[in-house]
Amino acid sequence: MSMPDRLTITIDGVPLSVAPGTTVAAAVMIAGKFCRNSVTGERRGPLCGMGICFECRMSINGLPHSRTCQVLCENGMEVRTDA
Amino acid sequence: MPSRSQPFDVLVVGGGPAGIAAAVSAASRGVTVGLLDDNLTVGGQIWRGEEKNATRPESRDWFEKLRSSNVQLIAQARVFQQPMPGMLLADTPAEVVELQYANLVLATGARERFLPFPGWTLPNVMGAGGLQALVKSGLPIAGKSVVVAGTGPLLLAVARYLRKQGAEIRLIAEQASRRKLIRFAANLLHQPGKLAQALELGRYLRAVRFAPNSWPMAAQGKDELESVTLSVDGSPETIACDYLACGFHLVPNTELASLLGCELKHGYVSVDETQATSIGSVFCAGEPTGIGGVELALIEGQIAGLAASKQRLPARLLRDRDKLKRFVVLLDETFQLRTELRSLGQPENIVCRCEDVPLAQVRRYTSWRAAKLHTRCGMGPCQGRICGPATEFLFKWRPDSVRPPIFPTGLEALATTPGQYQIVTGGEQ
Repeated sequence: MSMPDRLTITIDGVPLSVAPGTTVAAAVMIAGKFCRNSVTGERRGPLCGMGICFECRMSINGLPHSRTCQVLCENGMEVRTDA
Repeated sequence: MPSRSQPFDVLVVGGGPAGIAAAVSAASRGVTVGLLDDNLTVGGQIWRGEEKNATRPESRDWFEKLRSSNVQLIAQARVFQQPMPGMLLADTPAEVVELQYANLVLATGARERFLPFPGWTLPNVMGAGGLQALVKSGLPIAGKSVVVAGTGPLLLAVARYLRKQGAEIRLIAEQASRRKLIRFAANLLHQPGKLAQALELGRYLRAVRFAPNSWPMAAQGKDELESVTLSVDGSPETIACDYLACGFHLVPNTELASLLGCELKHGYVSVDETQATSIGSVFCAGEPTGIGGVELALIEGQIAGLAASKQRLPARLLRDRDKLKRFVVLLDETFQLRTELRSLGQPENIVCRCEDVPLAQVRRYTSWRAAKLHTRCGMGPCQGRICGPATEFLFKWRPDSVRPPIFPTGLEALATTPGQYQIVTGGEQ
């Protein structure tokens, strides 16, 4: 089975096409979106890139607080930022 | 007849160079070996993406050895608890797994140190290794402008990688003094295997702007980063850029070692000649025993893997380790943070990004524990992994004892008693 050339996910309902091997955190940055609002309402994006800082946490397929730099995009994945 | 699960003879936590070397070396005598890692694939931070597409001969070799070994890989598994000695619980995307071991090798690596300064929480202000990791996982960087700042050899490696991917490196700002860097370079020439690296680096540095005695003072932007103001060799300078890749050297990941009760000294895990910790059946290799880079990690990993599987330790490995250990001291001295960096953060700047605690609030307390209890600093999901090393430098605070779970996990995982989890074993009996 050959790898597809592109995958499509949705970020806040908007489709985005990415290359296989792209993490959800990278996809959200490609879309020009922020990951989350901090507890005082600041916009935040990824910081550590290795699953430690939790700044990139978002909801994936309804599962909240996913560390998105550790998750690969899959076709049809629904990502929700809270920014 | 029901089969009884067997513990792993050697279980290795962390799949970077140290962990791979430990697992491969232990498995070479046919003992059962498990290699557990919390990332999507093995390789750790320095060999991220090298498993599929090796660009370095040494990583190609080790991945080859790993593939042809009988090491059982357990990816995307994050240890959060030791319910009893000889047993670890790890969270995976599907379920909580229980792992039993006779001998354990900790190869948990290191993370970047971050320091607060105005604007450091803006999107697109990232770790140096952080930005590199994102680019390796699909973020296009060609044509983007980047300022790389902070301290440590990682800055140069990251800048070189990003430039190769088409980024425009506007400046590499290294806080260490010119004098310290010259001394470092001179010492590199006496390190085995470092001369070629030093020469290659020298060639590269002629192509980019590198400034010692320099550090970021503020990042500006409305919703995301637009420019950075730095102190460049004594003069302020503002540079427009898409990304600020900023990290202040590395701090070892010692949380698991602490949880298990291993003795630490000056923030590093104490080990003997054989890489054994104060707990005899627990070994430790790589950055948690001292920030020394990939060559040392590979050698320590081999020693730990051989010792954990009761094999003979070749004198050559021990000699090489002791030689490379000098590099740890050299790195510490060269990239020691200057005191000026303590005053970068302003009272209103956030130090704990999880709980948005400003410096002004934290500053009133005299210990990490008091600050945590009164301000929630370090109480968020990262459990102080980001603000802990920052306050350690800013206020000379030491973290408290580590308590489980050492990573956030679901309530159901905490409410289950041992024996109810999916068991990953080193074989059946």
